[in-house]
Amino acid sequence: MWLSEAVSSGPQFFYLVPLVVLFPVIGLLVNTAFGGRMSEKAIGWLASAAAGLSFVVAVLLGISLLSYPEGAVVPIVDWITIGELNINWGFQVDTLSVTMMLVVAGVGTLIHIYSIGYMHDDVRFQGDPGRYQRFFVFMNLFIAMMMILVSADNYLMLFVGWEGVGLCSYLLIGFWYDKGENGIGNAVAGKKAFIANRIGDFGFILAAFIMFWVFGTFEFNAVFELAPEVASLFPAAIVAITLLMLVGVTGKSAQIPLFVWLPDAMAGPTPVSALIHAATMVTAGVYLITRSAALYNLVPQVQNIVALVGAATALFAATIAVGQFDIKKVLAYSTISQLGFMVAAVGMGAYVAGMFHLVTHAFFKALLFLSAGSVILGLEHAHHHMEHNSQLKLPMDENDLHFDPQDMRNMGGLRNRMKISFWVYLIGAIALTGIPPLAGFWSKDEILTDAANFNPLAYWMMLAAAFLTAFYMGRQILMVWFGKPRSLPAEHANESPPIITVPLIILAALAATGGALNLPMWHTFTHWLEDSLGHLHAAEFSLQIAGLSSFLVLAAIFLAWLLYGRKYQAMQELPPDKRPDDPLRPILGPVFNALNHKWWVDELYWTIIINPYVSLAHFLADVVDWRFWHDWFHDTVIVGGYNKLTQVLSIQIDLGVIDAVANKLGDSVKRAAAKWRVIETGYVRNYALSFFIGVVLILGYLILR
Amino acid sequence: MNYYIDPLTLVTFFPVIGIVVLLFLRADQKVHARWVALITSLITFGISLAILAQFNPANPDLQMVVNIPWIQVAGWNISYFMGVDGLSILLILLTTLLTSLSILSTWTAVQDRVKEFMIFFLFLEMGMLGVFLAQDLFLFYVFWEFTLVPMYMLIGIWGGKRRIYAAIKFFLYTMAGSILMLLAILWLGIYQDTFNVPELAAMGGIPPNLQFWLFLAFGAAFAIKVPMWPLHSWLPDAHVEAPTAGSVILAGVLLKMGTYGFLRFNLQLFPIASVKLAPWVAALAVIGILYGAAVSYAQKDVKKLVAYSSVSHLGFVMLGLFALNSQGVQGGILQMINHGISTGALFLIVGMLYERRHTRDMDAFGGLWKVMPIYGALTLIVVLSSMGLPGLNGFVGEFAILLGSWGAGLPGGVLGSPWFTALAALGIILAAVYLLYMFQKLFLGPVTKEENRVLSDINWREILTLAPLIILIFWIGLYPNPFLNLMSASVDQLLNAMQTAAVAGIP
Amino acid sequence: MVPIQYFIGLSAILFTIGILGVLIRRNAIIIFMSVELMLNSANLAFITFARMYQSLDGQVFVFFVMAVAAAEVAVGLALIVAIFRNKQSIDVDQINSLHG
Repeated sequence: MWLSEAVSSGPQFFYLVPLVVLFPVIGLLVNTAFGGRMSEKAIGWLASAAAGLSFVVAVLLGISLLSYPEGAVVPIVDWITIGELNINWGFQVDTLSVTMMLVVAGVGTLIHIYSIGYMHDDVRFQGDPGRYQRFFVFMNLFIAMMMILVSADNYLMLFVGWEGVGLCSYLLIGFWYDKGENGIGNAVAGKKAFIANRIGDFGFILAAFIMFWVFGTFEFNAVFELAPEVASLFPAAIVAITLLMLVGVTGKSAQIPLFVWLPDAMAGPTPVSALIHAATMVTAGVYLITRSAALYNLVPQVQNIVALVGAATALFAATIAVGQFDIKKVLAYSTISQLGFMVAAVGMGAYVAGMFHLVTHAFFKALLFLSAGSVILGLEHAHHHMEHNSQLKLPMDENDLHFDPQDMRNMGGLRNRMKISFWVYLIGAIALTGIPPLAGFWSKDEILTDAANFNPLAYWMMLAAAFLTAFYMGRQILMVWFGKPRSLPAEHANESPPIITVPLIILAALAATGGALNLPMWHTFTHWLEDSLGHLHAAEFSLQIAGLSSFLVLAAIFLAWLLYGRKYQAMQELPPDKRPDDPLRPILGPVFNALNHKWWVDELYWTIIINPYVSLAHFLADVVDWRFWHDWFHDTVIVGGYNKLTQVLSIQIDLGVIDAVANKLGDSVKRAAAKWRVIETGYVRNYALSFFIGVVLILGYLILR
Repeated sequence: MNYYIDPLTLVTFFPVIGIVVLLFLRADQKVHARWVALITSLITFGISLAILAQFNPANPDLQMVVNIPWIQVAGWNISYFMGVDGLSILLILLTTLLTSLSILSTWTAVQDRVKEFMIFFLFLEMGMLGVFLAQDLFLFYVFWEFTLVPMYMLIGIWGGKRRIYAAIKFFLYTMAGSILMLLAILWLGIYQDTFNVPELAAMGGIPPNLQFWLFLAFGAAFAIKVPMWPLHSWLPDAHVEAPTAGSVILAGVLLKMGTYGFLRFNLQLFPIASVKLAPWVAALAVIGILYGAAVSYAQKDVKKLVAYSSVSHLGFVMLGLFALNSQGVQGGILQMINHGISTGALFLIVGMLYERRHTRDMDAFGGLWKVMPIYGALTLIVVLSSMGLPGLNGFVGEFAILLGSWGAGLPGGVLGSPWFTALAALGIILAAVYLLYMFQKLFLGPVTKEENRVLSDINWREILTLAPLIILIFWIGLYPNPFLNLMSASVDQLLNAMQTAAVAGIP
Repeated sequence: MVPIQYFIGLSAILFTIGILGVLIRRNAIIIFMSVELMLNSANLAFITFARMYQSLDGQVFVFFVMAVAAAEVAVGLALIVAIFRNKQSIDVDQINSLHG
């Protein structure tokens, strides 16, 4: 009795929503201003507290939504007002945005805490402890931007967060900007991410222009209300808006064709990969499509394209993941693949399934990345220790000096040395592959069920992707944790401290139980989201599909065990020069090479886009602008032509004609004067006489006339 | 006796007081010269703030008008006519602010002939303010030409290696355009019997084909100044050779004289021609956006990169102005201010680097963020503002411009095709390409050159120079409405008048 | 009453003597004196006509001429001295620098 009463008139905290942005902003400002004088612990905990307070606010908002499921729009202040254009800074609280807030702030807080431990070591290994402060400033900035993205009540404010998280991504990928290939590799990776995202944003902003001139507003509620009416008047406009938004989604959520930036983004510190490039930022595209459900629902043909793009990405990225050796690259391609699942889901109108997978993926992928970080840290520790210990230094050979702590070929047998990390990793991997009853199974199964009903082509592609997912995760588990250590640091690796393992354990718990959010019998999550998205159909649990996918997963794991559990171990006995680095290489031959080289997509883009643009820019700058326009046209034609003209004028015309006439005149006067000068005697009296004669003549004339 | 001096005359000619004081200084009193110039420019800035306080944003007409007959012989009707409205108020503030900051930036950079430098600088400020305030065509022309002289001297005396070439080129290019404008001004003054701009605008009645020629004559002068593609050839030379403060003013204010000219004269006086020629202007603007962005990317000299980026940015401004709707025009005006702020700041930043290393070759740097963290962070903010990151000033302007030009590209709009906007929006991607490339070249990667390892981070004076610009970057980005409110009434009136005239004029 | 013709005749005779003196003599001082003679002959003519017409204008003119003559003497003698210093002679035939 009291429960229902409390629910119906429960507390209402919607006005607190600006705080989800404000807390991280305060955190970053304080850390910027005073971080230099604070201890590392203080900086890290302050940043974590800022993220944690955001989480608390998000929880309060969630509690309010239980009693007031319709949510609220909280406008703060007007932003841009020009003529009929009127954009506010305003927040939308509804079940969808609060879900995102909870994920962002929750996972974000855990990763902040994890980073206190992780970055302490990282900044020391990389030789620049001064960057500790900068890291947490950027992380808080990211939380703030992500919160703006998910809590906006209009498309333009969403775009602020959209580009803002892109900026944080750029800054954090390039966090070790003096490391990487040729010292500049990480910075280039950051730039690549930003520019790929900008290409997506180009689509987004064009969609915004169309939206404004068709709808006259950017506000979600107003747009969605008008959408059916507009769709009947200008159907092409809705198609264009949704397609252009899809371009934005392919950039932000790393879908074909713009996914290339995400693997390179692994250059960032591992917590960044976990938070930004796995759990939160990259899912913004899924959020955008879900948020715009009212628009996408009107254009089934576009939905179909979205679904196919997602499914194709899921399959394509999963193939590449099979051929990678870098522990983080495997996870990166896995992320792209899983994002493909989500995009495909929301493309099919299965918004709940997409969002559900988004949430569970945030748990288990963050978990996987963070425990991979724990592994990397363990190996780095051991390597560092050996380098500075003369006793241990002796057995290190040339190979070990250029040791890559992320290369899975250098690992093996770690389960005995890093027990906690191993178990949480295993939980994450099982959740990802979709073995019941862990989280990934429920969400992935829901997507597959929807696909089976709506889009068979996407269904088969995703089924294949699910098979590959299980295979590459099995491969990774076996390569990293089982068998014998394949390098000295792997033999000496130690477990990470509790500040790293505790967040891992929490995330593992979430990854294990996250599926409970939307169990097929209750559809809790579906009903929760229905308050934002209107009526949603919930896919019925299909034993057939669940059975098929589970069978495929188990088959893939078995296959992985055959190859990497048995064959790979046997291969280790071969001499190094005869030993292939991967048991798949002799089987697949050139195909494995293609997988390893990511199907040469990067090279393709270099050839058809980047190199031509660079050449064009240089051609325009050096040839057209400078040599032709600046040097030739200006200096040769205008200045040179003018010089020519003045020369002609001064020599031929001025000297040849005008001067000549004047000189001739002067000469003739001279000649005449030579004849006349004899009358000048120089004697005064002669002059006087001439005066006299003159006077007489004049007088004579005057008298006699 | 009434000793009241009207504020516009005061702000325009106040720098002359500083010049007079400077004339009494000895050549070796460098510090005094700097302080005199700085204080003069700060007071001028203060006066412009007072004008802002007195300014009524709701009133679309000219305010604080002063109109005194000046040359009234032989049927010439020239007056000393000054006034400020929403189109120019922000430019006045930008001019006085950037002048103060530029003078502050020369504190250690200019060491010889300080006194003369400051004199020319204050003369330049006077000329620029006059250009933005004059409401009489003849008076406008006088100020317009007047600004050439001090800038010519600043480039020619305090410039780099090829300063004479650059100074002469700058002078002649601008002069060439101005001559055509002078002819058009004389035509208007004689046949319409007044040089008074609001009167001319209200009169209307210039036949469309004549409007066309007059538009081109005025446009020639302004397009060179902007500079619009392909008349930009003087710009890289002038920017590269000019001293830092000169570049700041050149990019920050002088280029705006061109776009302001289009806004004040071409749109107002020749509405029919403006409407008809809008697609052509927009086409040149879009070419400028893409071309400037591509050419910037291929530069080695960082100052040249920033110079070419101006071609790209000013293309956005022109596109906005000729969208001829309130989003486009207000965005264009705001973008003039934004460009002044962010490109001005970029030139200041490049100047600080040049002062330390005496080179602007990007290959000579790398990894500076590690050596100069504050400098790196401030540069990053400015770079992001310049590439239009939402939440910073550049975005508000570019977004409004593109939104407006998209609207103008819809059926019934003046541009007739949304392709202009689509292509211009590509410029936003390309801006990220060249600006991030520059940032990477200068600040990221390892420190490769020994001499870069010992560079000192920027000092308090330099931070003080950049701080007002950084504040404005955030302010305009997060809450631009106070700025937009200042101009909206005037812009609406201008557009209404244009619409009436264009409807009446097209048979 | 002496008839007016006598005065005019004397004046003419004096003027002729002066002219001839200027044209014929070579000594600069003599030439100078001849010039004075011409001036005074003109004075005589002025006074004659002044008396004849009972007008003071002529008398006044004579005063002017006398004043000018005095000034001329001063300048002229100075010139002659300067020429003598230069040439050790005042023979005007020696002074023909203007010869073409």
